[in-house]
Amino acid sequence: MIEKKYRQVVFLSGKGGTGKTSFAASFSNLLENKIIVDCDVDAANLYLVLNPYIKSGTKYFSGIKAEIDASKCNQCGLCEELCRFDAIKDYTVDKISCEGCGFCVRACPQKAIDYNLNASGYYYEGNLEDGTPFFYSNLKPGEGNSGKLVSVLKSEALKKVDENTEWVIIDGPPGIGCPVNASLAGSDFIVMVTEATSSGFHDLKRLINLIKIFEFPYGIIINKYDLNEEVTESIKKLAEENSISILGMVPYEQDFIRSLQEGKTVYEYSPKMREQFKEMWSNINLQIKYQ
Amino acid sequence: MIISVSSGKGGTGKTTVATSIAVSIANSVYIDCDVEEPNGHILLKPEYTSVTPYKKLLPEIDTEKCTLCNKCVEVCEFNALMNAGNEIILFDELCHSCGACAYFCPEKCITEVGKVMGYVRKGKSTTGDVEFIDGILNIGEETATPLIKEVKKQTIPGKINIVDSPPGTACSMVETVRESDFCILVTESSPFGLSDLKLAIDVLKIINVPFGVVINKYDERYKATEEYLKENDILLLSKIGIDKKIAEDYSRGIIPVLKSEKIRKDMIEIVEKINSLINSKQKV
Repeated sequence: MIEKKYRQVVFLSGKGGTGKTSFAASFSNLLENKIIVDCDVDAANLYLVLNPYIKSGTKYFSGIKAEIDASKCNQCGLCEELCRFDAIKDYTVDKISCEGCGFCVRACPQKAIDYNLNASGYYYEGNLEDGTPFFYSNLKPGEGNSGKLVSVLKSEALKKVDENTEWVIIDGPPGIGCPVNASLAGSDFIVMVTEATSSGFHDLKRLINLIKIFEFPYGIIINKYDLNEEVTESIKKLAEENSISILGMVPYEQDFIRSLQEGKTVYEYSPKMREQFKEMWSNINLQIKYQ
Repeated sequence: MIISVSSGKGGTGKTTVATSIAVSIANSVYIDCDVEEPNGHILLKPEYTSVTPYKKLLPEIDTEKCTLCNKCVEVCEFNALMNAGNEIILFDELCHSCGACAYFCPEKCITEVGKVMGYVRKGKSTTGDVEFIDGILNIGEETATPLIKEVKKQTIPGKINIVDSPPGTACSMVETVRESDFCILVTESSPFGLSDLKLAIDVLKIINVPFGVVINKYDERYKATEEYLKENDILLLSKIGIDKKIAEDYSRGIIPVLKSEKIRKDMIEIVEKINSLINSKQKV
């Protein structure tokens, strides 16, 4: 087996809107020999600032949904009775509620129910201007199984790894549920982007407890640290207690939203922020080297 | 009446808007369905009157009776059961509690037992006259939707139920907003906000829930959101200007309306607009 040379870094936050994507995008500007994956599969944004050229889109099948053949159905009602997801009413399947467990398919005495492969979105492969492979996807509105799509997307991206690849950068989804877990698998380091608000702190603590289960190394960036210095102190204390490093602290800064409005990364847009991004990345690099 | 508050993108101000509306109007209930990362309690500071564990059903196999026939493994579409040679092993985080394994087991040796996956909390807000309900998912649990369903069952008829949604447009968002009488979509003045707003609108059209938009952190330099709303004939409910003070208050767990009479009026107006919209539809 070839020794793994690259490092897989995932950006997470727990709470949404703390700046994951802005940081992931800006750090991407700094790095060479990288692959970038946007794992926020139901609300992908990274492509809006990295402007990749999309080469191909592939249909993604998440699984199966039940479908009742009305010509065979004798309306016995067993399927409706058995379904735990309230997905069957009046002998038709509500495709949004159906989780594809296949219980009804197997139980139907008339064999009137069958599986139907369910296309639940697309994933896209493209390149940034410098040739960097870029992956993102588009889950069909309201689809479940986003964790599986994250895994598919990542495995597609990892196929692009070659002997020069140094970094795989993953922009993760908010929350602490299945797509987050799928984003985490195989990571070498997790950058948690939090903000100095009570909610940011609350959600960070829950995320940390999740990460502890998997024992991944991680560090914390405090965004908008000057919004509330007390919360910032609490975050620092929490980091200290857990022997976790604070990778950087960034003030509440209009440049974040301004850069987005112009379709640029903060790194590209704001010369004054550049040094800080470089410094934060060297902190991340150090952590990864000496973990 | 059920008014859900959703966004697509995280961090646009769903919880700020939802709690602000809840404390501005009479007869309100605030329900937090963002069970992975619930934040409403930080702003509404409830005194809890009940905390009820919510259990999901998991199969338990009687190893004495089990003949390792493999039927349960075959019928499980989620690969939650595996035949390890001398016993059947359950990966409980993969289990969707569909019940197929227990139903099809020829030896009838599978019983379903409850495992606590989270809690439903109820109480009364101490920052306003608001009934408070939320759900909080245990850390490590993968699937939020069963708990969201349970939280949604707690809506109080005859009151105005403000339901706070998780971000995104996937299953947990849909579970939260479906069956709402109206959905308020909170966006922000940025391409990220707009892109995710469009995705959220696609969802609401599919599930047939009427909606309107609040532009939070409104910046008049960014015109694209308003242009999009106008072109597509989408109702703009309100704009809340970008203001570091609001962000600072939020960071301390203070609901902005408690400081600003203007925002309070705007919140009441939003509900009035929704009310008249729903009433006019009912007449037609």
